Amino acid sequence: METSKAVIQANNIDIAKTEVKKSKMKLSIIITHIIIIAVGIIMLYPLLWMVSSSFKDNVDIFKGTSFFPKEIILDNYIKGWNGISGYTFATFFKNSFFICIVAIIGNVISCSMAAYAFSRLDFAFKKVLFAIMLITLMLPFHVTVIPQYIMFNKLEWINTFLPLTLPKFLATEGFFIFLMVQFMRTIPLELEEAAKMDGCGPIRIYWKLILPLSLPALITTMIFTFIWTWNDFFSQLLYLSDIKLHTVAVGLRMFVDSMGESSWGSLFAMSTVSLIPLFAVFIFFQKYLIEGITAGGVKG
Amino acid sequence: MQTFKKAWRRNAVAYMFLSPWLIGLLCLSLIPMLSSLYLSFTNYDMFSPPEWAGMENYTQMFEDSKYLASVKVTTTYVLLSVPLQLMFALGVALMLNRGLRGLKFYRAVYYVPSLFGGSVAVALLWRQLFGGEGLINRGLALFGIEGTNWISSPDTALYTLVILAVWQFGAPMVIFLAGLKQVPMELYEAARIDGASKFKQFFKITLPMISPIVLFNLIMQIIHAFQAFTPAYIVSGGEGGPLDSTLFYTLYLYQKAFTHFDMGYAAAMAWILLIAIAIITAIIFGTSKKWVFYQE
Repeated sequence: METSKAVIQANNIDIAKTEVKKSKMKLSIIITHIIIIAVGIIMLYPLLWMVSSSFKDNVDIFKGTSFFPKEIILDNYIKGWNGISGYTFATFFKNSFFICIVAIIGNVISCSMAAYAFSRLDFAFKKVLFAIMLITLMLPFHVTVIPQYIMFNKLEWINTFLPLTLPKFLATEGFFIFLMVQFMRTIPLELEEAAKMDGCGPIRIYWKLILPLSLPALITTMIFTFIWTWNDFFSQLLYLSDIKLHTVAVGLRMFVDSMGESSWGSLFAMSTVSLIPLFAVFIFFQKYLIEGITAGGVKG
Repeated sequence: MQTFKKAWRRNAVAYMFLSPWLIGLLCLSLIPMLSSLYLSFTNYDMFSPPEWAGMENYTQMFEDSKYLASVKVTTTYVLLSVPLQLMFALGVALMLNRGLRGLKFYRAVYYVPSLFGGSVAVALLWRQLFGGEGLINRGLALFGIEGTNWISSPDTALYTLVILAVWQFGAPMVIFLAGLKQVPMELYEAARIDGASKFKQFFKITLPMISPIVLFNLIMQIIHAFQAFTPAYIVSGGEGGPLDSTLFYTLYLYQKAFTHFDMGYAAAMAWILLIAIAIITAIIFGTSKKWVFYQE
């Protein structure tokens, strides 16, 4: 009798201990949530402030004390959209989208072709060429940009979109080849064997089998090509000095230079607009984005 | 004969698929690399043909105070921003990896700065944030602190750009998170039974298990940081000022090549950058045998 009481008591103490432990765990989880949310707000605050300021007049931006605009005004957007020297931001957006779309087509075609060869075909010097491809991933583009500029200048391609789009058709971005090779390697060989039985050659296997099955990797390629091309500043600055060819990135920078620092409102408005396409891609394709980021680091 | 023909056909098909990449490799990478190596030993302004100059461009660098300043600025930037960024990335990843609800949402929120960070828009925003009447100073004013104009002071301008880089810790964080998920839970359970503290668990289990990812992130971020251009160009208005305090290596290279048309000197700078990155990567890979733990 005595012993069983003691056992029950001991059990109760154990239960009480785990209860304390559990509530301690709960508390620490709540604290973690609070820290993460607080840091998140601090991190996003500048961006949110930019968006909110884009709806304020200049006095309210710098003297106002409230985060929210006193009254929502759209003047900044109207004034900003008018752009510079008779060219509106519509022109800059059109140019940016055009370059992005052509770059996406180029990267998908050329990188998937190279990736197919590296992952599914057997040929001489395969290992050497693959190693070279990996090395080009790490090269700073500065060692090639000067001769490239000289070459494009001789071809009279400066102030055309060609220096920004044509290289994409030559699979210059090795990262995407690498990404697709990783993906294509996981497609089961049996599928290919079956297609061969049906009399399919390598070209049809690429087109009918491998490409459709690699769709997730192709989408990741499209998204990253879009983001990188949209954010690219160096080469757009270098090759597009004619204002009617300006992209959003270059246009925005010219816009600041011509407006001066007095019109922060319209600058914030145009900055906000320039980030909307990126944000839209992020919202709709988040899954592929995260996969693309982790593909190199974890699976590789 | 039959097999030879077959092998030839197999190679022909493969090389057909590779041809865009091979043409790109040859015309846009290999030939330009060799040309820039050649140009680095010449004086070339794009208007008259290159003149052989031997090692002149390379020796000139040591006497060029602007060049030396750009090396110092870039080194400081890399040494500060990369470790800080990776520490934030790992720290937040560890917090998020505790099986929290809403993980996907938090991950997305923290990734947003990496998505936008490279844009001209954010660089312009930074110029405002750290300006004299900027948001930072207005925040400090609430605590009675009077801030300076962080952008136009040579002592602080570079640090605003370091903060901009660290702010974008979301991308390496996502990679860390994926790595942390792959650490087997059994290891922690075994450690708990042995009575290992959280602290010990981190250094004895977590860190060794994700060390290959630390290596990957470290190398990628270093390469990336050495090539930073847009923030310095936008924040300093293309000048690298005040007093060359934000004159990044790539910005000076850009000025030399495309403002002064001193192509030979800029090409020499590019090759030094390539060699520096190669040596640093090699050193890190070399030491990695000691601290990176690969699972069998």
